[in-house]
Amino acid sequence: MLLGPALAVSAILFSIGVAGVLLRRNAIIIFMCVELMLNAVNLTFIALAQQLGPEGQVFVFFVMAVAAAEAAVGLAIIIAIYRHRQTLDLQYINLLRG
Amino acid sequence: MPAIVEWVWLVVMLPFGGFLANGWISFFRPNDKRAVSIIGVGVLAGAFLVAVAVVLGAARETVEAAPAVFTYWSWMPVGTLQVDVAFQVDHLSSVMLLVVTGVGALIHVFSVGYMRADPGYARYFAYLNLFVFFMLVLVLGASFPVMFVGWEGVGLCSYLLIGFWFSEKANADAGKKAFIMNRIGDFGFLVAMFMIYRSIGSLSFQNVFEQAPTAFAVGGSAITWITLALFLGCAGKSAQIPLYTWLPDAMAGPTPVSALIHAATMVTAGVYLVARTNVLFAMAPISSAVVAGVGALTALFAATIAVKQWDIKKVLAYSTVSQLGYMFLGVGIGAYTAGMFHLVTHAFFKALLFLGSGSVIHVLHHAYHETHRHDDAQDMRNMGGLVRFMPWTAGVMWIATLAIAGIPGLSGFFSKDEILAATFARGGEAPFFYLLWVIGTIAALLTAFYMTRLMIYTFHGSNRTGEKECDHLHEAPWIMTGPLVVLAAGTVLAGALNLPEILPAHGWLEHWLEPVTELGTRYLPEASLAPGTEWALLGLATAVAAVGIIGAWRLLHPEALVPAREAPPETGLGKLLYRKYYVDEIYDAAVVRPLVWLSEKVLWREIDQGVIDGAGVTGVTRLARWLGHLGTWFQNGYVGRYVLWFVVAVILVVWEIRR
Repeated sequence: MLLGPALAVSAILFSIGVAGVLLRRNAIIIFMCVELMLNAVNLTFIALAQQLGPEGQVFVFFVMAVAAAEAAVGLAIIIAIYRHRQTLDLQYINLLRG
Repeated sequence: MPAIVEWVWLVVMLPFGGFLANGWISFFRPNDKRAVSIIGVGVLAGAFLVAVAVVLGAARETVEAAPAVFTYWSWMPVGTLQVDVAFQVDHLSSVMLLVVTGVGALIHVFSVGYMRADPGYARYFAYLNLFVFFMLVLVLGASFPVMFVGWEGVGLCSYLLIGFWFSEKANADAGKKAFIMNRIGDFGFLVAMFMIYRSIGSLSFQNVFEQAPTAFAVGGSAITWITLALFLGCAGKSAQIPLYTWLPDAMAGPTPVSALIHAATMVTAGVYLVARTNVLFAMAPISSAVVAGVGALTALFAATIAVKQWDIKKVLAYSTVSQLGYMFLGVGIGAYTAGMFHLVTHAFFKALLFLGSGSVIHVLHHAYHETHRHDDAQDMRNMGGLVRFMPWTAGVMWIATLAIAGIPGLSGFFSKDEILAATFARGGEAPFFYLLWVIGTIAALLTAFYMTRLMIYTFHGSNRTGEKECDHLHEAPWIMTGPLVVLAAGTVLAGALNLPEILPAHGWLEHWLEPVTELGTRYLPEASLAPGTEWALLGLATAVAAVGIIGAWRLLHPEALVPAREAPPETGLGKLLYRKYYVDEIYDAAVVRPLVWLSEKVLWREIDQGVIDGAGVTGVTRLARWLGHLGTWFQNGYVGRYVLWFVVAVILVVWEIRR
């Protein structure tokens, strides 16, 4: 029941997310790409839940809840960074450098 | 009812208790000298009394039986090696037991007077008690390892007491020298133990002596190497050529220490060891010849040095080395009883001589202290004519001098003559023994000479101490002269222990030690002297002693001496003897300086700083820093790079799982 196409779409979405995280510099774009990866995983859960039982669907709710919390915290951090630095380009945000 | 012999543990533990008590006092109540005296002397007196009871009990209960061995606990049960902490009371160890506790007790009494004003009084008695404890472990140990514990322990106490006044560097150096020289000997002892274990599989005396006749071939290489290694240990502990140089330096310690450790007991441990292992030495004729040869050479060599020393204690130190040489000559030729007999008589007269010199030094030091003079209180050139001030000391020291010189009737005469006669008796086998006898006789002549010289320069002639000092010269207190008188009595009477065969009531010690010595004498050829020859040898020995004494009296002119600070330097042969044949300088150039050079230039600069520090210590830090640099390349602060590595790693893991 459309399992193959569903998994293919989720794989494509996940890869786009990873590529976005790796290649883009803007913090908000990276943040959105992370959300994209989460939703790609959600799609996988839903597709496989049709065959393996409802646990996968339950997990999706968890992921969505965590993603919502993450969005709240993450956006707050991004705003705080912007206020400090007047930029969201990660090239200039490297305080962790050893 | 427990036999009285079983109380032997008390003899050993009493001095140890004294050590603990005095050690405690030295830390917490160092000024309580009365308590220290009571404990320090009391434990020794108690140990002596118990020792007498034990020996009497042993004599009654185990007349011909096997030695009484008391096992206390298992020490090293390792595979086939079983070593127990066990003491052995037999005929040989009982002789040493009495000498150590008896002479030791007298010297402890003397120390009360000698060390009275010393701030380290409690520490001194703690060390002295500890020494007696270890010495008793040494003589009573029923196996090589237990004996070795005592052997090392007395070495430690010797080190502590030589360097007792360690605030002067020379004293501390002398202690170090004694310790290091002894290490060389201890190495031999250890190697001998390993070899014995490999051949026999046991280290207890009883097993080794029982199995030695079957385990070794007489004169074989195994037994020869074992006994040579053992003798290296003896040469270190008993100051024989080539390891004797530490003993004269050991005179840096307090004089009673010289009397107890470096004359009467510890340095005789080597003789005791050879007598104890007589069966091994008797089975190795080459080693026995080495022992006898080294002993005779040492006797002569040290006697010649003693002729030209000015320090009264140095004369006695070289005399001790020389007399120890006689003892080794005795045990080397198989006359084990004669060697032990000389050990006993020597313990009396040499302890007496040292304590007498100690009382002279004590009084002279006191006089210098009163008049604020800073001269050497041990230099005989600063003495002279002391007989007027110290008649008792002079009298007892004359007795000891005549005894060591070999005047008939005194103990030294009988014991020394017995060794020389036994050497002469074996001359029929090989001319080598005649040579040893000649060397021994010449050394006897020198002994009589240098001892008379010491007495003349110290007690006779004009007084060279100075005008003001004379007012402060007096006899030492009774607590110091008392032990001297007792030792003098022993010096006179100890000869009766083992009279020569031509006299009535002869050979008591010979008979007493027979159960121990017959193990070894079995392997030796029967050698005896005709009565005529023995009388001739006795006469010759007397003549030698008389020539030495009278010669010294006629040749030396104490009136011509000047105090040490005005004395001209020695020249010619006198200088060679005074500088002890430059042996110390030769050892310094041949061993010490190359070793220091090797340690500093190679081991320190090259091996330690170059290899160990370079490759090891700093090498590891350099590696850690390099790895750290590698790590910083990953951790560059760009989140994107972190994610990249994360993704790469995940892909690799997934790849690996799928494979």
